[in-house]
Amino acid sequence: MDPFLKSILSTSFLFSVLRVATPIIFPALGVAISALSGSVNIALEGIMLVSAFTGVVVSAYTQNLWISLFSAILAGVFIALLLGYFSLKLKADIILAAIALNLFSSSITVFLLYIIAHDKGVSSSLKSLVFPSVKFAFLEKIPILSGIFNNQNILVYIAFLSVFVYYLIVFHTPLGLKIRAVGQNPEAASSVGVDVVKIKLYALILSGVFGALGGVYLSMGYVSWFGRDMTAGRGFIAIAASSIGGNLPLGTFFGSFLFGVVYALTNFLAPLNIPSEIIQVIPYIVTIIVLTFYSARVSKEKEVGEE
Amino acid sequence: MDAQISVRDIVKVYPNGVVANKKVSLDIQEKTIHAIVGENGAGKTTLTKILFGLELPQEGEIFVKGKKVHFRSPIDAIKMGIGMVHQHFMLAENLTVFENLILGIEPTKFKIFLDKKTAKEKILKYIEKYKIDIPLEKKIKELPIGVKQRVEIFKALLRDVDILILDEPTAVLTPQEAEVLFESLRELKNQGETIIFISHKLKEIKAIADVITIMRDGRVISTNSNEELTQHDIARLMVGREVSFERVEEPKEIGKVVLTVKNLTYTNSERIKVLKNINFEVREGEIVGIAGVEGNGQTELVELITGLKTPTEGEIRLFDENISGKSVREIRTRGLVHIPEDRMKNGVAEKAKLKENLISDRYYKPPFSNKGALNYNYIDSEANRLVKDFNIITQSIENPVSSLSGGNIQKVIVTRELSSNPKVIIASQPARGIDVGSEELVHNFIKEARDKKCAVLLVSADLDEILKLSTRVLVIYNGEIVKSFNEVSTLRAEDLGPYMLGVKRGD
Repeated sequence: MDPFLKSILSTSFLFSVLRVATPIIFPALGVAISALSGSVNIALEGIMLVSAFTGVVVSAYTQNLWISLFSAILAGVFIALLLGYFSLKLKADIILAAIALNLFSSSITVFLLYIIAHDKGVSSSLKSLVFPSVKFAFLEKIPILSGIFNNQNILVYIAFLSVFVYYLIVFHTPLGLKIRAVGQNPEAASSVGVDVVKIKLYALILSGVFGALGGVYLSMGYVSWFGRDMTAGRGFIAIAASSIGGNLPLGTFFGSFLFGVVYALTNFLAPLNIPSEIIQVIPYIVTIIVLTFYSARVSKEKEVGEE
Repeated sequence: MDAQISVRDIVKVYPNGVVANKKVSLDIQEKTIHAIVGENGAGKTTLTKILFGLELPQEGEIFVKGKKVHFRSPIDAIKMGIGMVHQHFMLAENLTVFENLILGIEPTKFKIFLDKKTAKEKILKYIEKYKIDIPLEKKIKELPIGVKQRVEIFKALLRDVDILILDEPTAVLTPQEAEVLFESLRELKNQGETIIFISHKLKEIKAIADVITIMRDGRVISTNSNEELTQHDIARLMVGREVSFERVEEPKEIGKVVLTVKNLTYTNSERIKVLKNINFEVREGEIVGIAGVEGNGQTELVELITGLKTPTEGEIRLFDENISGKSVREIRTRGLVHIPEDRMKNGVAEKAKLKENLISDRYYKPPFSNKGALNYNYIDSEANRLVKDFNIITQSIENPVSSLSGGNIQKVIVTRELSSNPKVIIASQPARGIDVGSEELVHNFIKEARDKKCAVLLVSADLDEILKLSTRVLVIYNGEIVKSFNEVSTLRAEDLGPYMLGVKRGD
């Protein structure tokens, strides 16, 4: 068999798909929950960066995973709150506010990195921690599943769990019902006493938490250091992923999974004799194609809605 | 009997200086259907908004069940047992009926999870009590309008209100659906509900109300029991002068065919056949009315005839020339004008000046413009003349159209369209949402145009308007003309209803 095909059909390929899909699943859930509440949140890129950075720095100083996780989540929520303050309280355009926050996050992390680690590129001089991988004894006896699911980073499993948590929040809590109602008809929601601004803010905070987990995974699981702009557009790809899934739990998961496949493919294509620039550009091309189809579908739906 | 609601000397001034309520006082008795009627801008909507906590009055007192209240939000009003059914439904279209019903009053399990079982039990209990039939698991967007309204009413009942405010509830209903609504309102009254019914439709007020309060110009003019007033009295008190609701006289002379629609079919971008093989003619000097529940293809029909859309199949002939596929201007220069259904979207540029809107169909012709430059001297004098001739109430032709009232904005459109000496008028919902006074003017203008040998196609969901103006009536249902009536003078709204709902169809 062709060695390339063989490598793709191996369990290690699927193992790697899950590994690379995780930093898309988290922000995609973040995009999805704010989208349900009616906010287009393109600030996940910034949220992830700031959390990735915070996690690394705090772990280097405290050598405690829990404290670093907690601070990273706080940092992510802080950016989300800023976005909420600008867009909900000061009524700034949420897209512009998010662009500003993304630019801010990109530069502040580099600035602080230079101050703390004396390096404008990576944090390798800091002795930061990583989250452990988990070995499930019961999985080991099952041949294929073990190769795919076992020994993943703990945050990969948390990503799966988050999809379920997202489902519970959206469909089985009053908060989820309110978020959906506010996103669809804010007037209707406020007419029965729902505080629209508060609910939108809650949704943004949740998106901050999801985004922060994605950031932490990038710098303390996927790799073991923080690098400038290491999110590399995943916060935007997450928008495509949640769009494919219509912001629904499983849909968003499969959307992210699709991009995981694309990323993993590019990794597996690397040994072949193709210029690496072309390979690296593949996920972005897929994003463009997906978003084009998606927006065409949305505008068509809108047209029908107006008729 | 105690008054459920007593309103004393309410004054409401909006930030833009409009005094909407001038010392309004009113008593609403328990277990009655109390109609508040008046033209647009009479202050009835403002009064209900105050009663429901959506607006704060500057002066005056409100007593609910004997207690003095200060509502800061609808939540306060709901707590005192007041519920409101808005004209635009307050429902989230993509959520289910069940989800919409429990929004804001969700019971919980373990403090965080929705307790759907308890919620459902409560809803079923109320369904049984009020005998209201609603499909709980369907999404709102799948429901017909009448059922959506029932969901809205039930939503209020579920919050244990005993005073229901309905803001123009029949505006969106067919006569048959309205009858169903009236039945359930009477049932609710028997169950002990007090109902406040806002409307400007005289017939239905007479049919449903126990007590009628008439408002005009921010004041309460009178409050009487239904028996004491005739329809004619109500109209006179509402408008402040005599108004005619009689059918216009028949045209003296009907000439040759001007507009022919032949085998017209239109498939929209969703590949849905919105119009199926439509055929009709309109002759000089007659008004052909198209009656139908909105959304049965009327919008598309008008857009096809006026050149805004291109037909999938078939022809539209104007003076023996096929105009389908021609541009809007090409069609307009042949003498066809259009009063569009959505006046703010397609009728005016709301931020542009009144005078600019009056010439927006002719600005390029001399003497309005000369060698590419606008001739403002001529434009101003022409605009002032039109404002006077067509009775548009404004302070200046320099004001933006958005500063006018709805009725006057509609007059601006009608003025522009009818002052260009048209041969064919396509009028879509020409009197929608405007007051009785303006409506009468608009109807007169259309009738005068007819008498000047204009061919008029009148598309309306308001059957009174259709029956008042039309020479012939066609009923459209689901993209087809299902029935035509050549004799209108003896026709009643009830005769049209079954065809509009697709229950019956002609040959």
